Amino acid sequence: MSDDAATAEDVRHVADLARVDLDDDEVDDFAEQFADILEYFDALDDVPTVDTDADLVNVMRPDEEHDCLDREDALGNAEGTEDGYFKGPNVS
Amino acid sequence: MSAQSAKNADLTTVIGLEVHVQLETDTKIFCGCPTEPTDEPNTQTCPVCLGLPGALPVLNEAAVEAAVKVGKAIDADIPEETRFHRKNYFYPDLPKNFQITQYDEPVCADGELEISVGGERRTVGIRRAHLEEDPGSLQHVGGNIDNADYTLVNYNRAGTPLMEIVTKPDFREPEETRAFLEKLEEVLEYLGVFDASRDGSLRIDANLSLVPSDEVDDDGSIGTDVLDSANRTEVKNISSHKGAETALQYEEGRQKDLMRRGKAVEQETRHFNETHGSTVSMRSKEEEKDYRYFEEADLPPLQVSHWKDEISIPELPDARRERFQDEYGLSDEAASKLTSTKQVADFYEDVASEYDADLAATWVADELLGELNYRDMAVTDVEGRLDEVKRLVELVAADDITAKNAKEVVLRGMLDDGDAPDDIVEREDLGKTDADAVAAAVAEAIEENPDAVADYEDGDDGAINFLVGQVMGKTGGSADPGTVNQKLRAALDE
Amino acid sequence: MSDDIFITRETVEGADDGPLADTTVAVKDNISTEGVRTTCGSEMLADYVPPYDATVVSRLKEAGATIVGKTNMDEFGMGTTTETSAFGATENPVAPGHVPGGSSGGSAAAVAAGEADVALGSDTGGSIRCPAAFCGVAGIKPTYGVVSRYGLVAYANSLEQIGPLAPTVEEAAALLDVIAGPDPKDATTRDPERSAPYVDAADGDVDGMTVGVPTELVDGADEGVLETFEDALDDLRAQGVEVVDVSLESVEYAVQAYYVIAMSEASSNLARFDGVRYGNSGGYDGNWNEVFGEAREEGFGAEVKRRVLLGTYALSAGYHDKYYKQAQNARAWVKQDFDEAFADVDVLASPTMPVPPMALGESLSDPLTMYLADANTVPVNLADLPAVSVPAGETDGLPVGMQFVAPAFDEATAIRAASALD
Repeated sequence: MSDDAATAEDVRHVADLARVDLDDDEVDDFAEQFADILEYFDALDDVPTVDTDADLVNVMRPDEEHDCLDREDALGNAEGTEDGYFKGPNVS
Repeated sequence: MSAQSAKNADLTTVIGLEVHVQLETDTKIFCGCPTEPTDEPNTQTCPVCLGLPGALPVLNEAAVEAAVKVGKAIDADIPEETRFHRKNYFYPDLPKNFQITQYDEPVCADGELEISVGGERRTVGIRRAHLEEDPGSLQHVGGNIDNADYTLVNYNRAGTPLMEIVTKPDFREPEETRAFLEKLEEVLEYLGVFDASRDGSLRIDANLSLVPSDEVDDDGSIGTDVLDSANRTEVKNISSHKGAETALQYEEGRQKDLMRRGKAVEQETRHFNETHGSTVSMRSKEEEKDYRYFEEADLPPLQVSHWKDEISIPELPDARRERFQDEYGLSDEAASKLTSTKQVADFYEDVASEYDADLAATWVADELLGELNYRDMAVTDVEGRLDEVKRLVELVAADDITAKNAKEVVLRGMLDDGDAPDDIVEREDLGKTDADAVAAAVAEAIEENPDAVADYEDGDDGAINFLVGQVMGKTGGSADPGTVNQKLRAALDE
Repeated sequence: MSDDIFITRETVEGADDGPLADTTVAVKDNISTEGVRTTCGSEMLADYVPPYDATVVSRLKEAGATIVGKTNMDEFGMGTTTETSAFGATENPVAPGHVPGGSSGGSAAAVAAGEADVALGSDTGGSIRCPAAFCGVAGIKPTYGVVSRYGLVAYANSLEQIGPLAPTVEEAAALLDVIAGPDPKDATTRDPERSAPYVDAADGDVDGMTVGVPTELVDGADEGVLETFEDALDDLRAQGVEVVDVSLESVEYAVQAYYVIAMSEASSNLARFDGVRYGNSGGYDGNWNEVFGEAREEGFGAEVKRRVLLGTYALSAGYHDKYYKQAQNARAWVKQDFDEAFADVDVLASPTMPVPPMALGESLSDPLTMYLADANTVPVNLADLPAVSVPAGETDGLPVGMQFVAPAFDEATAIRAASALD
């Protein structure tokens, strides 16, 4: 944890965590912008701890069935489907 | 500890478990889609469990009730306030690419479960238990998980309520984990929140490390600094009690072997291969696991600590076993068999309320469970016909049929052909012969077999058996052999 | 007739009768409409057709409204000018060459241009109030929990609300009456137990009301905006209102707190867009990490990427306490500050935006400057409070809006105060 401005390394790392590909130019642009924005956010260091109580609690529903989506509708917006399944890329 | 010193040290095995159980509710944890298993993919989804843009989760109160019941059964604390968090990561089985789970404010904390291993009782600490949603299910097409072409995804399972139960690292032998899992399942099933027969209802991750035995305190506990400095492996993909024992035996052996050869044990995640009974490194998938937990703002927090007093749970297996021994005078073994599931225990008490406790025990524990076991069946397979089994016991208790016939003809006929006991009795003419017919058969047998009678009178007590056989033959096997024996002796001794 | 107001023009007829029979409604394109494309102003959802209606849409239909189309917006609600939309910018109908505000720019423009009688927008940090102010129409951001978010594509789920835009405060309040109320599908909705409909509060009866003006929300505002604001205050004074100065010290941290929280939530709320179930797909060449990375690179615009990445950063290991946790503390402080201020006044007032509508293209170069323009509106979202923006006049021919903020669930007081200027 450091107070240094975000570097290109940091940008690549969060881009990885967030699954957003970036080209080199984007990495550099973002690194520059992030430096300014994060410096601005640093002001939050001065904020005191404030405790609060939740004003809404225990919102639950009964264990009752509702109508499900027709499979056609559930799959309707997918790019790839096969035999009633969603098609996704391979995983490991 | 260094690899070199490990070579020479005595080692103690330290194991902890993370158990995921599917809770038996009618609908999913955050939406009203049914949880009933189905073969048709993607037919039990809605905007919420599919993660469509704009959909919102709403908590199922039955899932919370189940969690409180579990907490009560394991003697855990239910804190003043508990809430849900988001665990953020990307995977195609996760519709929102985050899982709604609980992070640092779980619904249950600091519980325990007593287990019995090799006749000895031990208490296993349960660090926490929390609620979360199940992801969907994946099928790898054109290969296995490592080399498939693509993946097929079914979200029917997504949103099923799960409880994750995390133990303290209290296990010292792989077999203890098996005992724990069996006990846990038994308790959950008694609570009515779990169904062991359901595919995928139990999933286990185990972690194992070896520490120098001289770092273990006299009472068996181990300091956190010692635990932290030992390299620990996590084993995933375990789905049965036996699997847990096998995986951990393999892992224990593998680690001991490495250490004895002066090599270091790597801190890593390994995958259990059930077919081979071994664990395989998943090193290639090791990546920084930054889940970026933060509060789930769509779900207001829960204040349900008072539910612990308000919700009742049934008598748990251990307590029931003890009561059966006291109340019905049963042996430990018989009591154990009769409390193996809540359903069996309930049925036993029903039968024992009307007939002799020992007779009931014989018929439920030995005969019924024995015949079911032989046929690879469970009590659940006959749960609609327990009244018929009770009728069978009634017939035996009233001495209307012999125990032998009851077991060999009627019970087997009930299980194999689905016939009702009275129908079988009538069809096979099993009604016990009345006293007169027996007396007549006895007289006939004596008259027809003077040599056997002479042998008996000469002191050959065994000759009576031949005569009993004769009488049985005459009565078509439906006389009670004990009675026949008595009557023969009575007649011959006159 | 301008083509840049709607992303999709499609008519959906409601019930034959009801309070909104004969009323046309434009719906912001991040509110789910069954069978009608809902893009959120993004390439990611250019072809997405929801199989379900948002609760507010069901309520519109039940009330007899006719939906006339889905309006343009900043991509996923992230922006103050509607210029980050993947479908092009919207021109301000009453200030040509200028932005209509954002992110509900299309909805405000639809009302201002007469393309619809009323409209629905969403407000996460000012996205109803800002375009209302810039287009010279009325807009209401309800108390958090008054209107169901079921069907609103989430950007920052602890901050946002759906709300009405209309030519007058009264009409906006009438639309609020139709869409407000608890919803079993949204666990954060509340039942405020009102004694009268919101529309009744638009009676302009402000004699005896005390209005507090937070100095922090006035200092540093554009001169022309301030002048118009002061004139509006005089108007209220003439109607019997007492105006006093108040101070909200915590507001100094509001923009930072807002952006940290909003970006953090956004990074999680937008994670679902990976192309498997809906949205822009990355194909099947490569493993899921590669494919997802590509789908999202293609589907998201620069501002969305920026916020998703910053949000991921703020939540990531090592930074969570510094940014996210501190932002929550700041938020709690802001809430406290507002509560204390309301002990002395009935309602708070400020210019809705510290600047008049910017010229098209002017503000896109520096994100931070853009974020600072939200200074007057974001504290309200942090505090979960209701606010109304009402037209207060013009400066150099550009519309200026005035914002009234009331205590939680007291929309009526803000509506009443605002209606005195209508």
